[in-house]
Amino acid sequence: MVQSAPSLSADEKRRRMIIGTMRRNGYAPDALIETLHTVQNVLGYLDDPSLRFVAHELHIPLSKVYGVATFYHAFTLKPEGHHRCVMCLGTACYVKGSQAILQAVTRAYHITPGETTEDGELSLLTARCLGSCSLAPAAILDEDIVGNLTPDRALTALEGLVKS
Amino acid sequence: MIHMLQSLTPDDLPRIAETENTTSSAFEHTIHVCMAAGCLSQHSDTVKQRLEHEIEERGFTHCRVKGVGCMGLCSAGPLVSIHSKETLYRSVTPHDAPAIIESLDGEPVHRITCPTNLPFFTKQIKIVLANSGEIDPERLEDYIAVGGYQQLANVLSDLTPGQVIDQVSRSGLRGRGGAGYPTGLKWSTVAKAYGQRKFVICNADEGDPGAFMDRSVLESDPHRVLEGMAIAAYAVGANEGYIYIRAEYPLAIKRLHNAIRQAERAKLLGDGILGTSFSLNLHIRLGAGAFVCGEETALIASIEGKRGQPRPRPPFPAESGLWEAPTLINNVETYANIVPIIERGAEWFASIGTERSKGTKVFALAGKIVNTGLIEVPMGTPLRTIIYEIGEGIPNGGRFKAVQTGGPSGGCIPADYLETPVDYESLTSMGSIMGSGGMIVMDEYSCMVDVARYFMEFCMSESCGKCLPCRVGTVEMYGLLSRIVQGRASIGDMEILLELCETVKATSLCGLGQSAPNPVFSTFRYFKDEYLSHITDHVCPAGQCQFEDVPQEVLS
Repeated sequence: MVQSAPSLSADEKRRRMIIGTMRRNGYAPDALIETLHTVQNVLGYLDDPSLRFVAHELHIPLSKVYGVATFYHAFTLKPEGHHRCVMCLGTACYVKGSQAILQAVTRAYHITPGETTEDGELSLLTARCLGSCSLAPAAILDEDIVGNLTPDRALTALEGLVKS
Repeated sequence: MIHMLQSLTPDDLPRIAETENTTSSAFEHTIHVCMAAGCLSQHSDTVKQRLEHEIEERGFTHCRVKGVGCMGLCSAGPLVSIHSKETLYRSVTPHDAPAIIESLDGEPVHRITCPTNLPFFTKQIKIVLANSGEIDPERLEDYIAVGGYQQLANVLSDLTPGQVIDQVSRSGLRGRGGAGYPTGLKWSTVAKAYGQRKFVICNADEGDPGAFMDRSVLESDPHRVLEGMAIAAYAVGANEGYIYIRAEYPLAIKRLHNAIRQAERAKLLGDGILGTSFSLNLHIRLGAGAFVCGEETALIASIEGKRGQPRPRPPFPAESGLWEAPTLINNVETYANIVPIIERGAEWFASIGTERSKGTKVFALAGKIVNTGLIEVPMGTPLRTIIYEIGEGIPNGGRFKAVQTGGPSGGCIPADYLETPVDYESLTSMGSIMGSGGMIVMDEYSCMVDVARYFMEFCMSESCGKCLPCRVGTVEMYGLLSRIVQGRASIGDMEILLELCETVKATSLCGLGQSAPNPVFSTFRYFKDEYLSHITDHVCPAGQCQFEDVPQEVLS
């Protein structure tokens, strides 16, 4: 079954990646979550036009697309900052004091989990468990897992990150 | 060097294994470097590169470096082992590489040597993890060299689906995802169910915080899981399958994709497996961060691209699951147990473990314990052995307070019960559950009321919102627990909390809500004094809770 290529607007390259995922899945409605993963990978978040585009292409009501996008924690409808800090809140990290670290970061940068600093430099996120329990308390700074954190070590690492 | 195996027949498997083993025995020393997520995050990849570089520089041809899966002792990473000499090196840095290479023909580098006669290694029995740390998870040939896919070949040529199910039933294997449902019974239900098409699903949505067994198995030995799934599919009559894996595990996803591609090319998966008429097409579906998707009907909804909300059972997925077709759902570790059962027989498997819990269980040890990492012990091993011998107890001479098993659906087991053998029934009788296998050790500085609150916060934000008892109940229970840890609660609040726990447990739709009160029940059962001293004396015995400065509640 050959699908005609949908009309492309700006950011063609990104859009093509999104289309690629849908095409690989035969434009089946059950490819919605896979497609949203791709959108988030290429855009960093799920923006309105993309949600509409995906809904249209997969023949799913926009309300359902929005429902799925907001149901799952992995998806975000807001753009992220230049840097990201994902604090692990898993049990092992909790037992070893992740709450104190989170509070220290929250105080220092005036952001709560899910928020981005006003200058758009840093987004603070939380994870249920990174599966790196032997490094607890752990966090992901941009792409790297850093472990055995204390509030001070976390703040020093973040300072370095934001400056870079 | 890289060539992909193509269109294999059953006769090819022993031949490839022999070639592989001849090739590797040509090397006097094979240096294994752990390339699983734990060690990788401590830069074991640069250690590997440096070792390769040092070998090349010296022009050595009698040794080689191999990236392998998890060796278990994650707290001592990056781990490097030299097989021929039974030497294990811990916390290896790239700077250690020259010394390691130089020492190959002499004394090991004592500075970084980790003794291999520790109880951590000797008390374990490795069935599921047999290949972890031994084979290169990115090479199909490595898996075939240790007998991989041979059991699938044997099953397809010698056994009927009924005989396979019989083997699994007689082994006594029970689901490793938490509830412990007999695997053979589940398989025979799906096999008997009527349907034009059937599905097999591998639940790799390891959502319990503090559990990383499935991730490690998939990162270390992905083909073992695929072979188990193929045998299961043959037994129940399915030709299509899904692996539902958390998006938070990028390395495991990458290795799974790679393994499926290799197996498809070699005709170990796909259409016409090993020259027979049996077909199995496997797909990977990524989770998107919803704990409730570990529940089987929610997982099915998520694979269908919908919100991951459970539905009432019956009908059970075995009769009407994915797209209303009969569906077999098993956990990663369950599938990983299939190959050894077929290979060594149901009786052998049933001889390990206890009366009602057979085989071994993989646990992720974490928290306030010296040796954190991944262990595999026979069912029935006492908690004390796991925590004090294998785990080597609490760091800095701390005092053991409780061990948490089963994640947010489980409970905390206090010191008085350390002699308890770990199996499904005894954990349940203590108010906890086996769960998927996370074990978090807590010392005297952990406040048990706050632990209960922590898990309730988890269940509250992970509640899918479909049924009222869970959606509203978890919020109310969290509010009450918060009042207790803040010293603002009365004895009446405690009574309301316990009553509410009973209601939510009895009336919720799925396992998430039904078991959400478990952490409260178990901490109240064993640590009632702590609850009371928060309420009446405004004192936290663990010194964790701040009563004046009300902690800012974490939003998420």
